[in-house]
Amino acid sequence: MSFVNIFEGYNWDDVKHSIYSKQARDVENALNAQQRTLEDFKALISPAALPYLEQMAQLSHRITQKRFGKTIQMYIPMYLSNECQNICTYCGFSLTNKIPRKTLNDKEILSEVAVIKKMGYDNILLVSGEAHITVGLDYFKHAIDLIRPHFSNIAMEVQPLDSDEYAELAQAGLTTVLVYQETYHKEEYKTHHPKGKKSIFNYRIETPDRLGEAGIHKMGLGVLIGLEDWRTDSFFTALHLNYLERTYWKSKYSLSFPRLRPHAGGIVPKMEMSDSELVQLICAYRIFNEEVELSLSTRESETLRNNLIKIGITSISAGSKTNPGGYTVATESLEQFEINDERTPQQIAEIIRQQGYEPVWKDWDRALQSTSSIPV
Amino acid sequence: MLSIADKIFSSRLFTGTGKFSSSAVMRDALLASGSELVTVALKRIDIHNAEDDILQHLNHAQFNLLPNTSGARNAKEAVFAAELAREALETNWLKLEIHPDPKYLMPDPIETLKATEELAKKGFIVLPYIHADPVLCKRLEDAGTATVMPLGSTIGSNKGLKTIDFLQIIIEQSKVPVVVDAGIGAPSDAAWAMEIGADAVLVNTAIAVSENPVLMARAFKMAVEAGRMAYEAKLAKAVHAEASSPLTSFLNSL
Repeated sequence: MSFVNIFEGYNWDDVKHSIYSKQARDVENALNAQQRTLEDFKALISPAALPYLEQMAQLSHRITQKRFGKTIQMYIPMYLSNECQNICTYCGFSLTNKIPRKTLNDKEILSEVAVIKKMGYDNILLVSGEAHITVGLDYFKHAIDLIRPHFSNIAMEVQPLDSDEYAELAQAGLTTVLVYQETYHKEEYKTHHPKGKKSIFNYRIETPDRLGEAGIHKMGLGVLIGLEDWRTDSFFTALHLNYLERTYWKSKYSLSFPRLRPHAGGIVPKMEMSDSELVQLICAYRIFNEEVELSLSTRESETLRNNLIKIGITSISAGSKTNPGGYTVATESLEQFEINDERTPQQIAEIIRQQGYEPVWKDWDRALQSTSSIPV
Repeated sequence: MLSIADKIFSSRLFTGTGKFSSSAVMRDALLASGSELVTVALKRIDIHNAEDDILQHLNHAQFNLLPNTSGARNAKEAVFAAELAREALETNWLKLEIHPDPKYLMPDPIETLKATEELAKKGFIVLPYIHADPVLCKRLEDAGTATVMPLGSTIGSNKGLKTIDFLQIIIEQSKVPVVVDAGIGAPSDAAWAMEIGADAVLVNTAIAVSENPVLMARAFKMAVEAGRMAYEAKLAKAVHAEASSPLTSFLNSL
């Protein structure tokens, strides 16, 4: 039993039709409901909800503050490697992209860590492509060992691993794993991932199950917006979240909503999502699930990011580089995608304060993972 | 006056330190609340940094620090975190929070009882956050707890005293102070808890997330005082004069 059993009970076209058939009254019912269902979520992401955007934003703002207070968590990505054996049509690291590859060695990792620490960060997200032989379990475990003394929270966004591998990394000090489905449209997924381990749809969609079995503290879900109809993809994300919350009730969840960005050798999005629709999706996720964390990267513009702080976002990155060594050692290496908001962490922290929120740099302590083997 | 372990409190309003828009606002609001016991999450502070922003702002004669184990998922993690907090913050007071469920932050009764037993033996003053479960409260007393902290409703929900019937049983039976924690959304909820005989309440979200936390903190201070006074003055129970046919008049004819 995994999410696949549930997923196979749904048909993409039926779901899509159902979302696009929602009416104003469905939206109003969803807004007024005490406990909201997946049908309510469909209404909230439907075109029928767009006229209710201000009302949705007000509600999302209030619900978010109630749960998360006037705080925004700060995190930063650190790219370990851009080696990759997958072909992903939308990604700068794709195997077919003929560019020099780089994987950080110990010295380079520590040199990047030093710069990131100076920015004030205590919450780091390790990122890589998928190259199992050079950048596999052993590499990650070693990297975590190196990094662990410097950060109280270590998250990872790398290729999907097996359950026992996740458990091993958790023992080493990993708390959070982000793994995006990219799209829940099975056929479309195949066209965007023609080669490499990533082409196996079911292995990817079952990754959160493996994370749950491994007892990972927090996992992040999401799709790459632009590959398929974002509304239908977001419904499946919500369905996945619902299943996971029930099944792995000890794990925490976060959602991201990356929109396709320009990069070397990039594709044109099949379906564009407007800024209003992004706001709609963020509010819909929040109104549907009051406890889920919502994370925003530097893919989005300054204006949008400034204003989304109050609308439902709970964590944000700033000053990010999306290439291995980008902070110090190889500033010109190939990046995964172009950053849109290039302001420094301190500038973003100031914007957050101006909005009446406190930027939170530390919200985890290694002492709370004493059941693992981490020396504190 | 309220006494817990070796300390006497003139304020019956305990407060949390999360969710504020800045540490300065937090300090001003907590000062205005009159609170003498403030709980701080170990995970939010940097105990190796003498200039930690939150700790610096709580460095005031009015405040006693009550470190909490928020984030711990079982007794073992909580005990470990407690020992670290005791060493770093030089207090053996501890708000024990074990919620393996990160969604609703429901406290785990089994792990909480285990951890309380262990921590009490190690000399901690334990204030455990629990569901409003009267039997668990008695078991915690046996384990050596300093107080019990049953929830009014889920943390951060502002829903008030949804557990009122069980809180009344707990207050009736308890030999240790009862602190109603979680869910208190308005000063009227706090006053109600005090009127039914709670020894104290713990408030965080309702103060931190209001538009004017300092003013809200004062409102809670007054509500807690008013509720306590009403409890001490003994509330007049509502008595309805009955005008229906007498049921006992036959006694006169016997």
